[in-house]
Amino acid sequence: MSQSDTELPESVSTSSPPLSIRQAVAGDYQRIVDLDAETSSVSKPDYWREIFALYVSGEDAQRYLLVADLAGKTVGFALGEVRAWEFGSPPCGWVFGLGVTAEVREHRVGSALVQDMFDRFRRDGVSSVRTNVSRRDTLNLSFFRSLGMTAGPYVQLEYNLDEEELSSS
Amino acid sequence: MKIQKSTTFALFAVLELARDPEAQLATGEIADAYDISVHHLAKVMRQLVRSGLIRSVRGAGGGYKFSANPNRVTLYDVVALFEDNLASEFEVPGASVGTGIGRALQMVGDEIEDLTQATLQSITLATLLRHAARAEAATTASDIKEILTEGDLEPLT
Repeated sequence: MSQSDTELPESVSTSSPPLSIRQAVAGDYQRIVDLDAETSSVSKPDYWREIFALYVSGEDAQRYLLVADLAGKTVGFALGEVRAWEFGSPPCGWVFGLGVTAEVREHRVGSALVQDMFDRFRRDGVSSVRTNVSRRDTLNLSFFRSLGMTAGPYVQLEYNLDEEELSSS
Repeated sequence: MKIQKSTTFALFAVLELARDPEAQLATGEIADAYDISVHHLAKVMRQLVRSGLIRSVRGAGGGYKFSANPNRVTLYDVVALFEDNLASEFEVPGASVGTGIGRALQMVGDEIEDLTQATLQSITLATLLRHAARAEAATTASDIKEILTEGDLEPLT
């Protein structure tokens, strides 16, 4: 997830124009690619082409690419889906992509996107939502915790393949 | 990780004051609420004032007020005032770090420390107070456990 997702939901500007959240359509492709490039500093057009094929044009009803529009401009996105039986887990929602342009930080855009995703997961009948955040990314960790998320029952483990190469050489 | 009494007292005090930034509380009131030593808490309060997290209000009916942003201050900010390091109990002493087992144990210690720090740095006072409000509304221990462990879908705001 990207640095610009990291607004802490502290204050809401009362003069802000209304924010709307909707499922993305094919015409949002370039704006999402640009937003993601802006917030993550890496442009990934191929990745987003695949995401749009699966999450926008695809038939699976439990996959969501949400966009946030503010004053006629798309200012954020959230990517999520219901996954079942990965690592033995019963169906649960996953939020695995979030980006909000720096211009609208602290306007609760990230919160609105994630809460809308929660609503969709709830309608899909799941009772828990998970995400992954780097433990060094304290702003994003704080953001998700401020929405009520806590440490989950799984521990993520990693193996460094380069280390294996070093020790065997 | 062992937390000193002063750290726990500081967390009680800061959170109690942050709950209502307009409120002005005396050391005795906070000590009574948490059944802790007034004398010890008084020392803690002085350190909290020096940190800028709270300020003292002089005169009759004086006390302390919260003076920071609860959406920005994390538990780590408070804990770090009183703990020199957050090293885990797995810290390996001296020359043993030079051994394979020593290094491997040190890595376990570093992992625990890293997780501890990430947890404390990601929980703001505002987030903890929202959990507290829900815990206070819960009637049973199992309700509280559910609130603190499940991360349910109901928005906290």
